[in-house]
Amino acid sequence: MSQSTVPRPGPPRESGDPPKAPAPQVRRPRTRLRRTDPRLRGGIRLRHKLRRDWPLILMTLPAVALLVVFAYVPIAGNVIAFQFYSPYAGDGFFDSMQNSAWTGLENFQRLLDDHDFWNAVQNTLLFSSLQLIFYFPVPIALALLINSILHSKVRAWAQAVLYLPHFFSWVLVITVFQQLFGGAGLVAQLLRDWGVTDSFDLMTDPGFFKWLITAQVMWKDAGWGIIVFLAALSTVNTELYESAAVDGAGRWRRMWHVTLPALRPVIALLLVLQVGNMLTVGGEQFLIQRTAVGPGASEVLDTYVWHKGIEGGDFSYAAAIGIVKGFFSVCLVLAANRVAHAMGEQGVYSRR
Amino acid sequence: MSASTASTDYPDHLVWDDERDVGTRRRPAWEERPTRVGVTAKGAILGIALLAILFPLWIVVITSLSDAKTISETGGLVVWPRGITFDAYRELLSGGEVSRAMVVSIGVTVIGTLFSMAVSVLAAYGLSRLGSLGHRTLLFTMMATMFFGGAGIIPTYLLIQTLGLMNSYAALILPMAVNVFNILVLRAFFMNVGQEIIDSARIDGAGEFRILFQMVLPLSRAVLAVISLFYAVAYWGNWFAGFIYLTDQDKLPLQNVLQQIVIAHQRPAGMAQLIGTGQIPSLAVQTAVMVLALLPVAVLSPFVQRHFKKGMLIGAVKG
Repeated sequence: MSQSTVPRPGPPRESGDPPKAPAPQVRRPRTRLRRTDPRLRGGIRLRHKLRRDWPLILMTLPAVALLVVFAYVPIAGNVIAFQFYSPYAGDGFFDSMQNSAWTGLENFQRLLDDHDFWNAVQNTLLFSSLQLIFYFPVPIALALLINSILHSKVRAWAQAVLYLPHFFSWVLVITVFQQLFGGAGLVAQLLRDWGVTDSFDLMTDPGFFKWLITAQVMWKDAGWGIIVFLAALSTVNTELYESAAVDGAGRWRRMWHVTLPALRPVIALLLVLQVGNMLTVGGEQFLIQRTAVGPGASEVLDTYVWHKGIEGGDFSYAAAIGIVKGFFSVCLVLAANRVAHAMGEQGVYSRR
Repeated sequence: MSASTASTDYPDHLVWDDERDVGTRRRPAWEERPTRVGVTAKGAILGIALLAILFPLWIVVITSLSDAKTISETGGLVVWPRGITFDAYRELLSGGEVSRAMVVSIGVTVIGTLFSMAVSVLAAYGLSRLGSLGHRTLLFTMMATMFFGGAGIIPTYLLIQTLGLMNSYAALILPMAVNVFNILVLRAFFMNVGQEIIDSARIDGAGEFRILFQMVLPLSRAVLAVISLFYAVAYWGNWFAGFIYLTDQDKLPLQNVLQQIVIAHQRPAGMAQLIGTGQIPSLAVQTAVMVLALLPVAVLSPFVQRHFKKGMLIGAVKG
């Protein structure tokens, strides 16, 4: 996509690559600048750029302002993890922050002896590993299945149904499971009618909880997950299939040697992202079901942050948990990405 | 699935119609005809997957439409429709707690989506011109927030308190108004709009705002529909914000009321007597609220579906 080539007053630009670096802030003597500064060779000067581009900058400002307030300020607000923050120490967040005592790493040290915290870590890793093993391959298999269906109407209808649960809220998904597997749900009702058992209730069973939430994730998102793989499949060069078939490859070998290699970069990318998100297993999903199965079985890092901070009022400690979680998430992404690079994949960011 | 009877003039190895995703692929000459076992297995797997999604929704809808007699006879959820009645809906929508929650949810969703779309479209267009002043800096400023994903519940909560947004509907909209991924998808789409069109408009003296609203947006209806749906679904389905930011029971949106009624087994205010006397079964009320929560989504998303893949593909490649 080249830049606008509408003639403007000012020095003419060479057509070609747009200048890569932003123009320097300080204006230097004009005569020397054009020849000596490689960044500006063939570029337009700042003043002209500003006159040309100010509407574009203006357009981005509302979004940038919202992100600064609701993303950057909270990121900075995490410094309360190094404090003993009290909301009553001052008038509002920032004033209280200024008046609260600094405690260094004390909040982080507290984490080490906190059994509930380690329980939450354990649950989080357990749930995300189960999702990695049982949930992750399902969309790939479904995408291959959908892709092999030739009939357009069947394909379109199947996709419409498969995508649907992704757009349901977590509350709705959980209520649907409640009506099926809860104490008054359909399965309990059938078992009662058949005289098998009177006390069937999977929704309040702490031991079964890990399978329950994996099933919920699968019901909600496995269908939607195929969309990325379908997009990747539609870009496969069909001549590869043809020549593979001519060379005598059957349908399974074509899938192994053509289709799956085509999906490899996408699978690698999603795996890296999934691993990076291992410490974030859906907050809402667990918060809603926390009372039904108890914190022992259902507490994950995100609900523990909520429990300690918003419910318990220990804001500094909760923020410290958040920081630890964020730190290890970044480490996980980097590690997974390194593995992806070692296997010859691009991963999230390229190697340079 | 026999060899398909596509009547198109496309070559044998036609992929599919990118825009509508309805083109039927003709089986290429080199591809084996499917075996009977293979077709049966595929059909069975697909059938099970579709049934697993549709059957629970079916019993929820049927139960919500069943009368007290049917529900007490079956002892719970109803699979086959018998006594059909709209009593539960009539009662819920005649101005009680659930009606109010519906109004709140619809209001937040509509206002929030319009606001988010306005902000996101402007930002996406502002960033769509490579090499414009500050383009890289601004883009980086936005994308960096994706990697710190969710700066933390705690500081955000304290910030909302400080801004005086507790117990206000603004707290349900502002923190989630900008989704950087959505902006990137929009931006990728805008970058694909022909540069020649934009240049010719500029020669004719059109400003950036005019180019955006009169030329780029009309060409981008598909992606606008997809992104609007994404935002609307996020607002409609949000439970957490209502849970932590709203303190008045009579301000709660539908998702929170749904959670109270079905998961916490509370009866909607004003309907306790009707349910208690068994005039309207509590199960019918529960399932009816569920249907109210799923209906807008189930109705809207299939219309937008045909644009999904294109939007996601561009977003994935360019983003």
